[in-house]
Amino acid sequence: MAAGYGETASMTVLASTARDRDHSVGSMVFLFALWFSLFFGVLVLGALIVSTAIDGSPRFDSELVTNYSSRLRPETTGFRAGILGTVWVMIATAALAIPLGIAAALHLEEFANRERWWNRLVEINIQNLAAVPSVIYGMLAVASVALIGIQQRGLVVSGAIALALLILPVIIIATREAVRAVPREIRDGSLALGATQWQTTWRQILPAAIPGIATGTILGLSRAIGEAAPLLMIGTASTVLFDPNGFMSQFTALPLQIYTMTSQPQEEFRVAAAAAIILLLAMILALNGLAIYIRNKFQRTW
Amino acid sequence: MNRTIAPAANPQALDLSTRRRPADTAIRAVLLVAALLSVATTIGIFVALLRPALDFFADVRIAEFFGSTRWAPNAADPSFGVWPLVSATLLITLVALLLAIPLGLGAAMYLSEYASTTTRRRLKPVLELLAGVPSVVYGFFALTFVTPTLLQEVLHVDVGFTSALSAGLVLGVMIIPTVASLSEDAMSAVPLALRQGSFAMGANRMQTTLRVVFPAALSGIAAAVILGLSRAVGETMIVTLAAGSRPNLSLDPREGMQAMTGYIATTAGGENPVGSTSYNTLFAVGLALFTMTLVINTVSVTLVRRYRQEY
Repeated sequence: MAAGYGETASMTVLASTARDRDHSVGSMVFLFALWFSLFFGVLVLGALIVSTAIDGSPRFDSELVTNYSSRLRPETTGFRAGILGTVWVMIATAALAIPLGIAAALHLEEFANRERWWNRLVEINIQNLAAVPSVIYGMLAVASVALIGIQQRGLVVSGAIALALLILPVIIIATREAVRAVPREIRDGSLALGATQWQTTWRQILPAAIPGIATGTILGLSRAIGEAAPLLMIGTASTVLFDPNGFMSQFTALPLQIYTMTSQPQEEFRVAAAAAIILLLAMILALNGLAIYIRNKFQRTW
Repeated sequence: MNRTIAPAANPQALDLSTRRRPADTAIRAVLLVAALLSVATTIGIFVALLRPALDFFADVRIAEFFGSTRWAPNAADPSFGVWPLVSATLLITLVALLLAIPLGLGAAMYLSEYASTTTRRRLKPVLELLAGVPSVVYGFFALTFVTPTLLQEVLHVDVGFTSALSAGLVLGVMIIPTVASLSEDAMSAVPLALRQGSFAMGANRMQTTLRVVFPAALSGIAAAVILGLSRAVGETMIVTLAAGSRPNLSLDPREGMQAMTGYIATTAGGENPVGSTSYNTLFAVGLALFTMTLVINTVSVTLVRRYRQEY
């Protein structure tokens, strides 16, 4: 922190940070404690990845992704059904959640009268929904699916409903932030040229807000990809020996298989679960990396 | 937008009326329906939980649910006292908060008071990474690293295979980003003038952070902590894997105990016939859980609203 003298900094903020007064022992200890707090998370993340990778290293083979899960021969159990099932359910979730989320956010930002109490109720409601435990969404999906008339348990569409409802508040909030960031001048200029409100929204605001929306959506999806609890509630099987072949087919998902295998006593299942975790983390990292790439590449500063 | 500007007497004059296009109205209706879906979701949650829960309370007296301290719905002599589950949830959450509050606040203080803008921009994603790890992975980590290596070998704590301590520690790590990022927002919102005044009086950064910024941002920080609390209460996978699968009314975190979400997850995957009392326990416990998180979140939102008004 003694490097403060050599930095070029704007006068407004850094000149007033009093960096040169941190000489007492108490200050140094405090600073170290804060620094430690920040990097504690990094430490834990590192320990998690390293220990899981070490645990799973015996199974980093191609059978992990090509075999189906096997209770009888745990050393060859694979996650093919889980990986494909996760892909299917994520596609269905995205198809449900993204249009609904963007539509709801557009209504709240562009078309709703903020003064009316029912619109404020909707906003409070969305904030509450963002913090509801994921198991509850699983229960809601079970009830919804029964309402539609589907009798089977553990279908792709039920999982998609549960996950879509789970990430809907996230997408709504992210879209609202992105739309809010578009300057008023764009909106006003379009309206002044005679466009209707919807034309303005569809042709000017939405395209301008797409990078923010895409980032928020991808982060929401990367949260959904790791959720096992709602899928457990809708009755998703953990041992599935076929590839999913439609939105009404049964399936299993990678996080659920990891959960089931972790609960098993045999050592080989633990090893397989560890390898699957690395796979899942790689998928999530890829999604997050995509979100960050989109944010950095396409984000406009007005 | 619906005013009609009548053309002048000359029939060749421009018609400047603005007519609503029917497609516009239809699209606005679609958007409204989408927004109302969120309200429908909340109502749906209530209905989905309430009906089976009411069936449950027709069989089991509320006095037993809230009064008894033994939870054994499938035993030969069934007992439906919910307190073992609730106390386990609260104990695990307490352990988690004891870890997450100091570390989350410390990280937030560093990011908002000590880090330069570039450092902050580079370090915030690190925290977000921690939040992106799925909870099954944390549960696995608790079982395979925290319990055997950390607690038993390194710290020599007398824990069994499952314990509230192990689950609570890992859960705490999971909610550090929640506490940290909301606290950091709250502290960044404190006006610079307050800090500058403190520096002008001769304080150093530690004194300013602890005695000026922290109290000024206190309601936002409280909201952050309460949101972390609600996430911890609702977390399922870590608790199911690492805390235990047998209800146990105990205050000793080294023992294994089953929390509310753990019971829900374990029973949902089980073989209870739909409609039976033991199946309906799922919804009774689920309703209790939903009510708890709803109350906690309402408190948090009220606090956030209050702190937003101060500046």
